[in-house]
Amino acid sequence: MKYLDEFRNKAAAKRLASRISSEVGEGEVTLMEVCGTHTMAVHRYGIKGLLPPNIRLLSGPGCPVCVTSNRYIDKAIAYSKQSDVILTTFGDMVKVPGSRSSLAREMSRGADVRIVYSTTDALKIARDNTERKVIFLGVGFETTVPTVATSILEADRMGMKNYFVLSAHKLIPPAMKALLDGGELKIDGFICPGHVSTITGTQVYEFIPRNYRVPCVVAGFEPVDIMQAIYTLVQQITRGIAEVANQYRRAVRKEGNPKAREVIYEVFEPSDSDWRGIGVIPQSGLMIRQRYRKYDAEANIDVEIEPSAENPRCICGAILRGVKEPLECTLFGSLCTPEHPKGACMVSSEGTCAAYYNYGRQMPKKPEG
Amino acid sequence: MCLAIPIRIVERHGIVGIGEVGGVRRQVDLQLLDDVQIGDYVIVHAGFAIQKLDEEEAAETLSLLSELISGDS
Repeated sequence: MKYLDEFRNKAAAKRLASRISSEVGEGEVTLMEVCGTHTMAVHRYGIKGLLPPNIRLLSGPGCPVCVTSNRYIDKAIAYSKQSDVILTTFGDMVKVPGSRSSLAREMSRGADVRIVYSTTDALKIARDNTERKVIFLGVGFETTVPTVATSILEADRMGMKNYFVLSAHKLIPPAMKALLDGGELKIDGFICPGHVSTITGTQVYEFIPRNYRVPCVVAGFEPVDIMQAIYTLVQQITRGIAEVANQYRRAVRKEGNPKAREVIYEVFEPSDSDWRGIGVIPQSGLMIRQRYRKYDAEANIDVEIEPSAENPRCICGAILRGVKEPLECTLFGSLCTPEHPKGACMVSSEGTCAAYYNYGRQMPKKPEG
Repeated sequence: MCLAIPIRIVERHGIVGIGEVGGVRRQVDLQLLDDVQIGDYVIVHAGFAIQKLDEEEAAETLSLLSELISGDS
């Protein structure tokens, strides 16, 4: 397929690998791929196997389902139990375990949860079921938010009274800042998310090289894209340069997509947000503005939830901060699998644990006891 | 959720486009972009085209790449 095959060229990836090896020398280099889709591509294409052993790739917090807090999931589950509610969501959210249940379990008990491909589908469900409240689970980053904001504007234009969004939308740059400020790990370079950047543009990362002297490269999702981004990062690191580079020029403009951002900020405003594993990050989320509050599920539909609890053995939080890897988890591959996930990172196709499980070369550990 | 595949727009009816990839057609909402023409490649996320693919930039990235490869041999 055009614009895919060229960027999957094995010979090119191997040449880049040898360039990277000769450029990097002997020092240890730690790079973080922020985006979950990059994590998946890194594992699917065996990128780690192409790199010299002194380059370490860590997964970051860029899997939207993974960073969604248990409290949010518990709330979604509680809404799904209300008989006049139809819950609509992207598929990944359904199997995520909350504190006591999951949407999949509630579906088997009769909850009306419908998986949609886009917010357009959710709006159609609302139009076809005017006697019921239709709630869309607004989970995702800058890439997804304009599609959700568009659905709220459309509901407003049509005067709909039964469409609501439960928003847990998050912004990527504040999370990158929180990881750098947290000081738990030394990151030598960031592979920045390609599709978030189609919306934000590349300028949102400028504070990272400026304030932290850490290079950033926005990358596409094919193996050659990722190898080229790593090569650029390694070049910057060995030459003592720190700047924002854009490897994914075919899709990412410096100014991003201003029209999409306009739609986002018409409907949403920045707010503090709770990230699994990281905690509350100031101004890292998006809440629905007062003007569109009638489409905010939390502001309009009462629900009670018990205090949320995390599975004490799940290390998803530490994995999302890049301080642990899935193979360090006692649940991984035995008690926690994509079929029976214990934590969010094993559920999502973009989750680090799922990527290790589905594409990992290592055998899963045997079940305990 | 991020489908990284560029989709070619083959029809357009107002804000609704029909995209084609690998012989499969699907509906694409075009309202987040200006000036999408039939024949353009777009990046699609959750049913919405979020950016037009810049074919000149793609060609440039590929030519840099081929220079890099031939430079080694």
